[in-house]
Amino acid sequence: MENRIEKRIEIAAPILSVWQALTDSRQFGEWFQVKMDGPFVAGEAVGGQLTFPGYEHLRMEIVIQAIKPNSYFSYTWHPYAVDPKVDYSQEIPTLVEFRLEQIPEGTLLLVTESGFDKLPRERYTDAFRMNTRGWEQQMESIRGYVGKTF
Amino acid sequence: MSGRRSSGLAAKATIFAALGDETRLSLLAKLGKGQRYSISQLAEGTKLTRQGVTKHLQVLERAHMVHAKRAGRENLFELDPKPIQELSEYLDMVSKQWDAALARLKAFVESKHS
Repeated sequence: MENRIEKRIEIAAPILSVWQALTDSRQFGEWFQVKMDGPFVAGEAVGGQLTFPGYEHLRMEIVIQAIKPNSYFSYTWHPYAVDPKVDYSQEIPTLVEFRLEQIPEGTLLLVTESGFDKLPRERYTDAFRMNTRGWEQQMESIRGYVGKTF
Repeated sequence: MSGRRSSGLAAKATIFAALGDETRLSLLAKLGKGQRYSISQLAEGTKLTRQGVTKHLQVLERAHMVHAKRAGRENLFELDPKPIQELSEYLDMVSKQWDAALARLKAFVESKHS
């Protein structure tokens, strides 16, 4: 079984626009649906308040690992560490990496999240239970968002 | 209410750790046929000793992938498919969250750019 998730998406915009949407914490928050407390700085932790519908009462924290302008951005976090009763600090976080490449159509974005093999079993059950309801809401929110944009 | 509970990473074998071994995978494949097996039956036709089988079964038990049932003088072991199902559902959920987030990212960047 794979212990990592890999995604690739083509975006019809120059690398710089994609880069800013990823690494400017305010722009990041627009699509990730979180209001970050401050800028992204390599080696530093930064928290934020979720704006994702149904989860506005929750916070998330990420630790910025590397920022290589216009090509590579990475952070670690505890995925869906949203139960305030659980102390996640002893868990090994997963690593999220964004790689950008220029293509004729604009920008190719490769995203990987790795390290799921280090997660304890409870996280599968907890996170899944917590997200089944939220997922339906999120689909609604995306349909609304995309519909508005185009 | 009690305090925050630790998710206990150090104490527990992860499913990936349990899966990361060819011998255990072959034991799981055998157990996956839906019957209960004794340690001798599991060792049969393999190069494993009874102790070897026991050691691997312990790893699988700690990951809750295999349960022992007492039957007379011996233990019979059976597969519990739930942990693997949960893991696969979890990764599927995370994967869908990424699809949704990246669709929002694409819409966000392209709408600004156009």
